[in-house]
Amino acid sequence: MSVALRVLALVLAAAWGAAVAATPAPAPLPADSVYQLPLQLTGQDGRTWPWARLRGTPRVVAMFYASCQYMCPLIIDGARGVERGLTPAQQQRVGFVLLSMDPRRDTPAALQALAAKRRLAAPRWLLAAPAQADVRKLAGVLGIRYRALADGEFNHTSELILLDADGRIVARTEQVGARVDPAFLAAVRRAATPAPKRGTR
Amino acid sequence: MRRAATWLLAALPLAAHAGDPGWARLPGGTFESVLRYEDARRGVRVAPFELMRTPVTNAQFLDFVRRNPQWRRDRAPRLFVEPRYLSHWKAAATIGPPARPEQPVTWVSWFAADAYCAAQGARLPTWNEWEYAAAADETRRDARDDPAWRERILTWYSRPSNTALPRAGLQAPNAWGVQDLHGLVWEWTDDASALLVDADNRKQGDADDTRFCGAGALSMDDRGNYAVLMRVAMLSSLAARDATAHMGFRCARTVVR
Repeated sequence: MSVALRVLALVLAAAWGAAVAATPAPAPLPADSVYQLPLQLTGQDGRTWPWARLRGTPRVVAMFYASCQYMCPLIIDGARGVERGLTPAQQQRVGFVLLSMDPRRDTPAALQALAAKRRLAAPRWLLAAPAQADVRKLAGVLGIRYRALADGEFNHTSELILLDADGRIVARTEQVGARVDPAFLAAVRRAATPAPKRGTR
Repeated sequence: MRRAATWLLAALPLAAHAGDPGWARLPGGTFESVLRYEDARRGVRVAPFELMRTPVTNAQFLDFVRRNPQWRRDRAPRLFVEPRYLSHWKAAATIGPPARPEQPVTWVSWFAADAYCAAQGARLPTWNEWEYAAAADETRRDARDDPAWRERILTWYSRPSNTALPRAGLQAPNAWGVQDLHGLVWEWTDDASALLVDADNRKQGDADDTRFCGAGALSMDDRGNYAVLMRVAMLSSLAARDATAHMGFRCARTVVR
């Protein structure tokens, strides 16, 4: 190996070390974070990704299914109502995630169609489905109860759930529809408001 | 990533042996569940399946915990197990005393039970499968119309719960060769969170009226099956991370032909 190459290798190694040092490994997930569940989601864009990627931003999440005629539109209305109750700055700091309990029918195309119909724009709004075998586990960590009916509909509890940036459930409400639960909205506002910076001025 | 890999490994099924002595094979068929769901008026279809003859014991669960240390009580994330998970054991990898190896394991969450069964290449039974298996007495595949049989089951529920659990497999097998479905512990089912009759489901105004989407309300009109309905009430009141002193489980597996 020539001297030049050796120097290059050293420089590269140093750069690599600096890069590693500059991006410290993320802090371990809290033990009660829903992102402890190893889960892959397939979004409305057809991409599949680990749901722990949602970490880092507070999220309002709900379970639903796209073909639902009665309750699920109200769930979306409820989440919309929360979004409207935030200032523009707060809206930038919260994500909204609709998770399907019906992955067989909620293909990316079906999710995309619903997103377009309800004008749920990415990246603030994400629609995604887990693998069929994981729906019960996802519902379990979110505390949602559901049963598939013989006609393809679902009987399910309807809730909006607020996750903090680390995936801990910090608030939930069964009040869906246009009338927003004031306590829940207050919790989302708090989550979407950065803590005042301390230190020297 | 490493964590995900560990979980995946834990879920890899072991080879399933036909004619395994610990498992009973049930033929299935159309079954009238005590849960009179509006969409299942003409009964539910139960496909052929196999069910563990006895509930999972402390010894069996300890073996699982040793192979899958992420399920030790001092390591399992609180997301999956409440703080009392395996709290009746002496230590994280030691059963007792006072807990004994041959007793059914209790203080296990739905997540832990689900992971145990997955590690055996199995799954938790559905409610329909469990109820179908539990409808039998020692000689009849469906003894539910017999008042004496119902009375026997109810007697168990009226027993004080502060006495030590008997060991698993002490009771006579039912007509399917399955033991202890009644008279020992409550048992998780895969779809426990599909049972939508929890205590919160009272009519208290708008929010509760819309708690459950669509038609699917349970009518619990069969009062003679009170004992089974108590199971439904118990399962429907628990979250998937909950554990109780009397909640155990057994595994099932689908018969592949």
